[in-house]
Amino acid sequence: MVAATVVLGAPLLWMLLASLKDRDELYRLPLQWLPQQADLANYLQAAQTVPLGRLLANSIALTLVGSGLKVVLGLCCAYALVFLDVPLRRAVFVLVLATLMIPPQITIIPNYTLVADLGWLNTYQGILVPGLASAFGTFLFRQHFLSLPRSVVEAAELDGAGHWRTLWRVVVPMSVPTLAAVALVSVVTEWNDYLWPFLVVDDAEKMTLPVGLTLLQNIDGMTNWGVLLAATVVVTLPILLVFLLLQRRLVAGLTAGAVTG
Amino acid sequence: MSIAVLPARRPHAADGRPVARLARRPGARRRRRRATLAFALLAGPNVLLLLVFVYRPLVESLYLSTLQWNLGSPVARFIGLGNYREWFTSPETAGVLVTTGVFTAATVGGALVMGLGLALLLDRRLVGRGVARTVAFAPYVLSGFAVGILWLFIFDPRYGLMSTVLGWFGAASPQWYTDPPWPLVMVVVVYLWKHVGYVALIYLAGLQSIPQDLRDAAALDGASPARTLRSVVLPLLTPTTFFLLVTMMLSSLQSFDLIQAMTQGGPLGSTTTLMYQIYEEGFVNGRAGYASAGATVLFVLLLVVTAVQLRFVERKVHYA
Repeated sequence: MVAATVVLGAPLLWMLLASLKDRDELYRLPLQWLPQQADLANYLQAAQTVPLGRLLANSIALTLVGSGLKVVLGLCCAYALVFLDVPLRRAVFVLVLATLMIPPQITIIPNYTLVADLGWLNTYQGILVPGLASAFGTFLFRQHFLSLPRSVVEAAELDGAGHWRTLWRVVVPMSVPTLAAVALVSVVTEWNDYLWPFLVVDDAEKMTLPVGLTLLQNIDGMTNWGVLLAATVVVTLPILLVFLLLQRRLVAGLTAGAVTG
Repeated sequence: MSIAVLPARRPHAADGRPVARLARRPGARRRRRRATLAFALLAGPNVLLLLVFVYRPLVESLYLSTLQWNLGSPVARFIGLGNYREWFTSPETAGVLVTTGVFTAATVGGALVMGLGLALLLDRRLVGRGVARTVAFAPYVLSGFAVGILWLFIFDPRYGLMSTVLGWFGAASPQWYTDPPWPLVMVVVVYLWKHVGYVALIYLAGLQSIPQDLRDAAALDGASPARTLRSVVLPLLTPTTFFLLVTMMLSSLQSFDLIQAMTQGGPLGSTTTLMYQIYEEGFVNGRAGYASAGATVLFVLLLVVTAVQLRFVERKVHYA
C-alpha cells in the first residue's frame, strides 16, 4: 500500500517541486527531487507571459456563478418534480433524466453555431449558459427529496407558506449534505471544464485557467517547462485544496452514481 | 458525467391523496392552477435550458450530418447520407476505430484491474489507509488538461522522471512523443493514473458491503485468499464491476482533454480517437457536416453501452 501511495502521489509532488526549479536544475542529470532553493521566478514569468491573475479571477468567478446557478436550477426543478402535483410531471422528469444519456460531445457543433450566432463568442455568458442546465443535480436532489417526509412540506403549505418559501425555509435546510455534494461536484466540473471554453474563447482576457495553459504551451513552439509547470500548479492547487478540505462530501457526490444505481 | 439510472418509480404511490377527490374540494381548481404556475416557474428554466442546449443540438446535429457544410460558411448542400458513406469508406476510419478500441479497452480494462487491486489493499485495516485513499483519489478531481501537461514533462525521454525510473530497472526510455505506439501508451498510462482512485473507491464500497462472515466461512473451509477472491468476492462484486465497466467506457469514449494536452491526436494520427476526430474535423478542418456524421456514430456507440446498462439495472435491481 505504501508503494502504491508513493507511485500515485509522486507526480503531483514532482510537479510542485519542479515548478520551483530554475532552468539549469530542470535539465541536470541525474535528477534531484528538491530544488536547491525555492524560487518563484517561474510563477513570475508565467504571470508576465499570460494574464495569470485575470485567468484566475475568471476561473473563480465562472466557477462560483456557474455552480451556484446550477445548484439553484437543480433545486427548483427537483422541488417541482417531487412536491407539485401537475399532469405532465412524469413526462418532464423523463425529459430531464434522458439528457443524462446524451453525450455533450454530440451537442458541441450545433451549440457552437448557436453561440456564435448570438454573438456570444469570447463572452462569459457564452462559456456559462450552455452548460447551466443540470440533469445530474436535478436527479440527485429528486432522489433526496423523495426521502423527505411529505408531512413537513404539507404543514408548511397549511401555514400559508408559498412554494418558494417552503423550498428555501423547509426543504433546503433538510438537504444540506446533498446540496454540498452537488455544489462541490459542480465546482470541480466547472473549474476543470476545458473543451467548451477552449472553443468559445480565444481572447486571453476572457479565458479560464485550463484554457490559458494552452497559450503557455504554444508560445515560441518550444516548451519552457518551469513556467508551464508553475501555471499547472496554479490550475490544480485550488481544486486540490478544496478536495483536501471537503473530501468526504466531494467524494460522496462524485461516486453518487454508483450509490444510487 | 455519467450516472447509473434507477428504474422508474412512481413518485407518490403511497401518497393516498387521489387527484379526483382533490378536484372536488372547494377552491381546488384555484389551487391546481397555482400549482401549475409554480411548476412552470420552478422547473421551467431548467427544462428550457435542456431543450435549447441539449435536445435542439441533438436534432440539429443529425440534420447537419446530412449536409456538406463548413463551419461558419453561408453555403450548405444537402448530400443525404454522403458524409456517412465517406466516413465508412475513408481509409482513416479503420485507424480511428482501432485507436478508439485499443484506448477504450486498455483504459477500462486497466482501470478495473488496478482499481480492484488497490481496493483490496485499502480494504485491509492498515495504518495510513486514509492517506492512501486521499492520494489515490486526488488525480480524479484535477483538470485533465493540466494533468496532461504535467505528465508530458514526466515522460520527457531525456530529462523526465519516467526515464530516470526506467533507468533504475535498466530500461532505456522509448521516444514517448514521436514513436508510435508509445504516444498512445503514454496517454493510456496517464488516463489510468487519473481514474484508478475513482474505480478503487467504488470497488471499496462494494467490498465493504460483502458480509465478513462469507469471507471468514470460506477461509474456515480452507480456501486460500486467492480462491476466496475468485469464488466468493468477485462474483459478489459483479454488479459493481458492471457499473464501472459502463461508466468507464462512457467516459473513456468521450475523453478529450488528455489527448489535446499531450499528443493532439498525433503523431500521424496514432492517438486520434473517434472523439478527437470529431473535434479535429469540425473545428480544425472546419468540416462541420462530416464531423456531425462522426458525432452520430459516437452517439450510437454510447447509446448502445447505456442501453445495455439500463437492461441490466432493470433485471438486477435487487443488487442496488
